[in-house]
Amino acid sequence: MSKKQKNGSRTGSPGQLMIPLVALGILILFNLFRDPSFFAIGIAVNNSGNSVLSGNLISIIDSASALAIISMGMTLVTAACGGQDISVGAVGAIAGSFFVKVLNRGSSITIGSVILGIIVCCLGTILFMLFNGTLVSVFRIQPMIATLILFSCGRSIAYWINGSATPQLISPIISAMGMTIPGIPIPTPIFAVILMGVLLYLVFKFTNLRLYTQSVGINEGAARLNGVNPVMIKLLSFVLLGVCVSVAAVIGVCRLGQLNHKTLLIDIEMDAILAVAIGGNNLGGGKFRIIGSVLGAYIIQMLTTTLYAMNVAPVNVKAYKAIVIIIIVVAGSPVIKAKISSLITRLKSRNESVAEKEVA
Amino acid sequence: MKRREPLTNTQLLMTIAIGIFFAMYLAAMVSLKGGFLRFQQIFDLLNDNAYLIIIACALTIVMIGGGINISVGGVIGLTVMACALALNDLQNQSGALGTMEAIGLALGIGLAFGVGQGFLISYLEIQPFIVTLAGMFLSRGLTTILSVNPVKVAHEGFLVVTKTKILLPHLGYIAQNGNQIPGKLEVGAVIALVVVAVLYLMLRFIRLGRNIYAIGGNQQSALMLGINVKRTRFLSYVISGLLSGLAGFVFLMHKPAGNASVAMRSEMDAIAASIIGGTLLTGGVGNVIGTFFGTMILATIQKIIALSPLNESWWQDMASGAMLGFFILLQSVVLSSRENRRARRKDMLKPQKE
Repeated sequence: MSKKQKNGSRTGSPGQLMIPLVALGILILFNLFRDPSFFAIGIAVNNSGNSVLSGNLISIIDSASALAIISMGMTLVTAACGGQDISVGAVGAIAGSFFVKVLNRGSSITIGSVILGIIVCCLGTILFMLFNGTLVSVFRIQPMIATLILFSCGRSIAYWINGSATPQLISPIISAMGMTIPGIPIPTPIFAVILMGVLLYLVFKFTNLRLYTQSVGINEGAARLNGVNPVMIKLLSFVLLGVCVSVAAVIGVCRLGQLNHKTLLIDIEMDAILAVAIGGNNLGGGKFRIIGSVLGAYIIQMLTTTLYAMNVAPVNVKAYKAIVIIIIVVAGSPVIKAKISSLITRLKSRNESVAEKEVA
Repeated sequence: MKRREPLTNTQLLMTIAIGIFFAMYLAAMVSLKGGFLRFQQIFDLLNDNAYLIIIACALTIVMIGGGINISVGGVIGLTVMACALALNDLQNQSGALGTMEAIGLALGIGLAFGVGQGFLISYLEIQPFIVTLAGMFLSRGLTTILSVNPVKVAHEGFLVVTKTKILLPHLGYIAQNGNQIPGKLEVGAVIALVVVAVLYLMLRFIRLGRNIYAIGGNQQSALMLGINVKRTRFLSYVISGLLSGLAGFVFLMHKPAGNASVAMRSEMDAIAASIIGGTLLTGGVGNVIGTFFGTMILATIQKIIALSPLNESWWQDMASGAMLGFFILLQSVVLSSRENRRARRKDMLKPQKE
């Protein structure tokens, strides 16, 4: 990213959340006018006989879970390295295949083996993310280029780990993790998002990671001179992204009860980067707000669900999505922002001069 | 004796790419023999990858200017679909005429995307990755809105054009029955070669080309030198859009059928080709000749794997990934060692105090 953009909107202030909140508000208003029943929440009985909450809102929050979790990690990498990891979808497929590999080794799936599977999956994913992180931090390669390697061969590695096309996982534990736990009407992936959010909140609350990450993102040299090790901070951001990706992959695998290395978390890298940008974070690194990215993820999912509700064919959704994205980023562009603020100040000064005249 | 000028970073990286291409091709000639001993193999590589060469050049120009354009693959898909539908419409109305209209339509679509994205990126200062990502979504979505089903071109005049091949009798080979078979080069491949030559000359000798290097190298200095940074960046995206439209037309000439998944993920191949050819994503460094050889390296790897016993798609992916990793590491090591050496030389030249 150019230096000018870096110097631009470097606001970690509440003002950063203006764009996502306004976009979300407009989407909600649009749906209210279009069809108020869009927001109806009911209780339905699913295939396994549990009563669960149903409705568009629940399905938006549920299906955006993987995206929300990955965009949390993507925000950190973006902030520390000033670039994005485009390999998250492919590494997610690798994570899924580690998980399935561990679970299919034993004769039956128990809670113990699932926990072991998640741990192995996390460790394996962190290893692949450290590869990306080393290229970025030690060899100083642009993140997008460095992660292009795993982007192009990650799904093949996933296939190679498992050695078969679509391994199945059939167990009540898996469906409880992917859909709902019997007796609890809220889909389980939502809890995973809350868990990851609380985890990251606690990390930022009790460590200086936020300050260090932002300082590395804003000026690496200055951070190094002040005793922050940029290499370690960048590696750490990739490790945290690895944890996020593996949780998202486990959600994806459990939701379907099988692993398809070609379609698991497909194209999620683009949506995650989009979520980071809609959340008002600077893609050139620096200050960041994770809550903005999470909001961005829900906005993207809400947009998709709204388009489906308007009977747009799934293959055509991309075109409408693109138009809305362009509107959002144009509204948030520095030039437009500056024009609007200058317009407002001019209006204010005119009002003041009018008021002065009246007083006189 | 006159001291030789040291190679610039651009030239060094390009030289490495060209050297590796020839080394790899020689290795293939020795170990795989067969088709690799004929000139036709090179022509086939050019014929099959003409569109990739053009979009890799389109990306190189934008990347030299410090930006990125990931909508090129989507624009190819849209152009192919639109041209196929338009040609089939013209077939029923006016007969043989139509190829020129298809070229016009292809360039028009490319120009529209280039102008739109360039305006958003340079004049509204929105991050190029997001704008071109939206461009990719838009073009892919429009493709499926035009037609979900594959469309085959039935326009006879156009099919005649696609079958036109340039025969090079001296570079052919003698078949087993003694017939002389000339080398065959498609029109699309010739277009791609012309594009590479024109862009090379433009980047080297025309003011716009030099300005693109300047804004990629250091935007602030370029501004202070009096270069119109915004207009230069805008024009680089316009050129890139036009080239993607042209690439779509070339793709249609190679395979006359539109499909929703045409050139899927080719933008990533194009980025990889540019990088292998020595373009840096940070801007200011790059060369279309290097990009051309970068594309040929990727194509040759795929060909070698297709001919070797490891002919499985996942092996192909892994090999191209490993190759990409090798090139990226090599570039990083070469550039950083050069920088260190230069820094050391500067230290030595410094007058000793005391």
